[in-house]
Parts: sequence; C-alpha cells; structure tokens
Amino acid sequence: MTNTLTFKPINVARWIIWGSFALVLLVLPLLFNKGFALTLMCQIGTIMIFALSFNMLLGQSGMLSFGHAVYSGLGAYFAIHLLNMIAKGTVLFPVTLLPLVGGLAGAFFGVLFGYVTTKKSGTPFAMITLGIGELVFAMSLMFPDFFGGEGGISSNRTAGKPLLGFITYGPQIQVYYLVAGWLFICTAAMYAYTHTPLGRIANAVRDNPERVEFIGYETRQVRYLVLIISGFFAGIAGALGAINFEIVSSENVSSIRSGTVLLFTFIGGVPFFFGPMIGAVIFGFFIVVLATITNAWLLYLGLFFVLMVMYCPGGIAALIMMQIPIIRARRMREMLPAYGLALAAGLVLLAALIFGVEMIYHLSMEAASGSKKAMFGVDLDVKTAPPWIGCAVLAGIGGVLFMLAKRRVLTAWDRIMGDIATGHRA
Amino acid sequence: MNVAIKPAIELKGVHKSFGNTKIIRGVDLAVPRGERHAIIGPNGAGKSTLFNLISGRFPISSGQVLLNGADLAGLKPFEINRKGLSRSFQITNIFHNLTVFENIRCAVLWPLGYKYSFWHALSKLKDARERADQILELIGMQSRRDIKAGLLTYAEQRALEIGITIAGGAEVILLDEPTAGMSRSESDHAVELIRKVTVGKTLVMVEHDMSVVFGLADRISVLVYGEVIATDTPQKVRANHAVQEAYLGTSLSAADGDGHAHA
Repeated sequence: MTNTLTFKPINVARWIIWGSFALVLLVLPLLFNKGFALTLMCQIGTIMIFALSFNMLLGQSGMLSFGHAVYSGLGAYFAIHLLNMIAKGTVLFPVTLLPLVGGLAGAFFGVLFGYVTTKKSGTPFAMITLGIGELVFAMSLMFPDFFGGEGGISSNRTAGKPLLGFITYGPQIQVYYLVAGWLFICTAAMYAYTHTPLGRIANAVRDNPERVEFIGYETRQVRYLVLIISGFFAGIAGALGAINFEIVSSENVSSIRSGTVLLFTFIGGVPFFFGPMIGAVIFGFFIVVLATITNAWLLYLGLFFVLMVMYCPGGIAALIMMQIPIIRARRMREMLPAYGLALAAGLVLLAALIFGVEMIYHLSMEAASGSKKAMFGVDLDVKTAPPWIGCAVLAGIGGVLFMLAKRRVLTAWDRIMGDIATGHRA
Repeated sequence: MNVAIKPAIELKGVHKSFGNTKIIRGVDLAVPRGERHAIIGPNGAGKSTLFNLISGRFPISSGQVLLNGADLAGLKPFEINRKGLSRSFQITNIFHNLTVFENIRCAVLWPLGYKYSFWHALSKLKDARERADQILELIGMQSRRDIKAGLLTYAEQRALEIGITIAGGAEVILLDEPTAGMSRSESDHAVELIRKVTVGKTLVMVEHDMSVVFGLADRISVLVYGEVIATDTPQKVRANHAVQEAYLGTSLSAADGDGHAHA
C-alpha cells in the first residue's frame, strides 16, 4: 500500500507532513517567545537530531550503543575549537555551517571507532561501545589542552562576520532558527536514508543478520557504514549544542550523556522513525522542566522508564500508532469513554504517587525546612497522619478506577479489532 | 577446460570435525549443471552440516568445495553468494519485521548492483521493484505483498524462504528441508513451487519426505554418518541394498506404495 503511494508524482500526504513540520518549527517561537522557552526548544531540537541518529543504530539496525555521546561530544569539541578560531580571526568560516564541521568530526570518529566496534554485533557490540565511551571520557580528562579539563572549553557564538549583516547568533531566537533549520534538514535526510538500499538492508540486519550474509551482503560493512552515518548526524547535534551553550566539557562525551539518549529514544519509541523526536520532547519536559520543580525528578524518570519498558516497549510512538486502525475505521468514539476513564485513573494514581514521593522527600531531604509542605496550593504537615491517609485513599481509588478502566479499554479494543479483522463495520 | 562441462558443485574429500567429533568424513560429490539433486539420510547424518560447509557458514576441516570449478576455500557466505550460490534454511530464516515484498526486494538489491547505496531512493529503483514483484508472482504471494513476514502462516513463510533464496537469480540453489513441518497438501504445493522456480538451475536439496525426494530429484545421494554411501538415480537408490539396510529400511517399500512415507 505504502508503495503505491510513493509513485504518485506529487505525494500529498508527504507534503502535508513535511510542510506542517516546517510550519511548526517556524511558528513555535512566536507562541513561546520567553527566553526560557526558546532555550528549551533549542535543546529539544538538538536532542531530536541526536536521538534520531541514535535510533539509526538501535531501532533501525539493531545496534545497541552505550557510547553514542562519543560522536556528538567529539563533534561538539571540534566545533567549539573552530568557533574559537573564528573568534580569534585565524579562520574564516561561517558559524551557520559549524554543525557541518561537527558532523564531519563525528563521521571521522565513526570511521575510527566504528572499525573496531562494528566487528561485533549484539551484546559484544554494546560492550565495546561502552568501553570506547569510557576510553574517550578518560582521555577527555587526560588531555586538557584539547578537552579543557574539568572546566571544559568555552566560546562565544557571536564570533565571525554576521550573516546577511544581522544574524550574529547573539539573540537566542537566532540560535533557535539555526537549530530549527538544521533539525529540518537532518530529519529529512535521515528519513530519506531509511528509504535507500543501505537503510533497508540495515533493517534486514536488525531482523536477521545471518540471512543477510546469504543474500550477498556483508553485515559488518552494513553496520560500519550505518555507524559512520549515524556519527555524522550525532556530530551535527553536538555542534548545535556547543553553539547553544557556548561550552563543551567532558560531560558531553560521558556515559551519562550516552545513557540519556538511550533512555529517551526508548521512551519515545524505537520501532518508529519519529519515536525519538517524541522522546526528545519528553526529555525537555523531564530534564529541563521537572528538574527545576522537584528534587525527585530522577525517581519519576526512572519509574516512567521502567513502566514503559515493561508495558509499552514500543514507546509513546507505538501508543499513538496503535490508534490509527481505530481512527481509520472511524470507531474512536467508542474508545473515548474507556480512554477517559483510564486517563482519570492514571491522573489519580499519579497524584497519589506525587504526594507520597514528595512527602517522603520532604521528610528525608528537606527536613531542615520544617514539616510543612505546600503542594498544589495545599499546605500539608507531613509529620501528621491525615496527608498520608489521604495519599493512601487516593492510591486506593486510583487502583480501583484503573482496574475498571483496564477492563473497559480491553473489551472495547477487542471488539473493534475483531470487527476490523472480520471486515465488519458498526 | 570448458566451464560448461565442470560440475556446478563439486566436493572433493570434504571433512568436518567439531572438536574430536567427526561429522563429515570424506564426502565426494559432483552435481552437474541443471541437475536436481537430493541428499537424504537419517537424522544426524550430517546433511545440514554439509550444506553449511558448501554455503560457507562453517569452514571445512579439509578437502575442497568447488563452485563451477572455482575453489570456495576461505570464502565468507556473502562472497559465495555473490558467486552465484544461494541457500535456504531448515529453520525459517526470514526478515520478520519487513513486509513480504521488502523481504524479496532485499534479496535482489545486491545482484542488481545497488550494494550499500545510500544515495538511491528505493521507490525509484524500478528494476528492483519489478524483479521483486515477479518473484512474488512466481511464489504465488502477490496477495500477501504488504503483510509483515512475521505474520504469515508457517507454509507461507517457507514459501517466502524459497522466494528469498531464488530472488537473487543464483544459478545454484541449496534448499534445506523445504517441506519440513508441512501438511501433505502444503508439501505438494511446495514441490510444485520448487519445480517451477528451479527450472534451468542446479538444485541441491536436503529432504526427509521420500515422496518429495522421489518426485523431484534427478539423482539422490545417501549420506550416513558423514559419508556418501550411494549416489544414483531414484530407481537405483531404491534398489540399492546397502541403502536399504543403512537407512531406508521398511519405509522404502512404503514409499514405493503410496509415496507418503517419511524416513
């Protein structure tokens, strides 16, 4: 079906999707023009490219990398050194094209490290990437001239001649459009890649590497090329991050960074091309928004991740894609009451969880500030029983609601899916 | 020396040991071009191992495997495949998350010369699409074209397995128990399919189902404990006493009678 679509001279669906993506990128800063929102969107855009490049390995080629930050981080270092040279005037180079240099650096290290890592697949591959990640991180502390030691390398993104006379990348909005432009190009390029011979054979390698060897392809060569291309896009993301923050430190190549991209790519949805983009938005929510509100954000993130792995391994993207057959069959209306109930149950449970966690945190971590805690506009005294009883009651109600909702969702789901399978329409 | 008179596949004194266990103990075999050759033998005789040696999945311990007269020593599976040998697997070995069409298209990309290209758009590759659709037509799976291979029935997956094997246009086809686990009618269907897709090619197949073997093969080799004890036409193999004793036993007469017996 998809194939017949692509043979139309003008593919309407494709134009609509890419057109609205461009439109959203253009319009977003008009809606959210505060400094904080702009910085957040720049960060999310950068992580989107990074996560998409990561999923080129994990979701599309079955290569689990624990050291992907090596490529983005080293790309960032090369970009920031070049930026400093531009600032000194030793090199003439437009800052706008700096991500390209980061990308080339990422690809170069893909050629270098990939030669070793891609000799193996599966678990050995994952282990070697972990080792390379640690190696590069250790080196970043050993060679302070290049890596800047503990403090990292800082720079000034307004270096060089302004583009068109006014684009200095001083104002955050200009950085936003730089990120948005690169995001659009990279997303389009990475999507196009999934529809090339190499992209498709990479899928085949993911599904069944052994068989690929018997249809003429050397799986090692496939993995190697994919890793280099993935390193290229990771490097672009790294350079954009360097321009945005004007600093690159050893944290950029650390396993924490590698783990973060793995976590959010998975949450977003590994089986789908756009999954990592959703993951990047959730990343923004957790790391940037939630982390400023609560100390317990890592706990919430951990819980969320575990729940996703256990109950929704296809990520948020899979949850969305599951609805498409129902929408196509015009049966969404039947699902809505069940979904509504599930949402209500989820919110009640979430509230119980938040109350419980925050009260425990307050008791253990913020004890010095007294036993009173204000939450959602309510003053609670965590040393008394009522808040805890309330929390337990909330959890109980949520639990019962959830069981009811689960049954209703499953019944409605099975009925509609059965009808679709048998071609019956309500 | 004319290439045409050289056997498509030739094995000379092939040995294979795993540790101290000798699995293949000196196999000599020559399959001329265009022949349909079946390898039969009891469980554990080394039939699948022999396939793995020919296709490069395992290295041989000693001896020679020749493809159209060229030594395959030290070649990896993908290199042997590029020389025109393609094989299927006893346990279904397909790309589960790709559609039936994509499975086949993957198998035609290398032979059509697209290699590791990331600068061609698949949708623009008319030759790959047409070739894949031809193969789908040939294996009778046009109606399942856009279904994920993992969702097919077992018999369909086996047919797809054969489709992937022949899609690249290899001259020499190795099929490892193509009808294993099939019902009688599915198996009959598979025999028809194999006959159809191997016209003008050299076929070597491992098979347990005697009716399939006697229905398809021009010649049969009997492998027992790592050695070929007989290679001959089906009629003569049936009549061979050593074969009857070593392997076929009573099921031989059953195969004669109704053609259904399994060894």
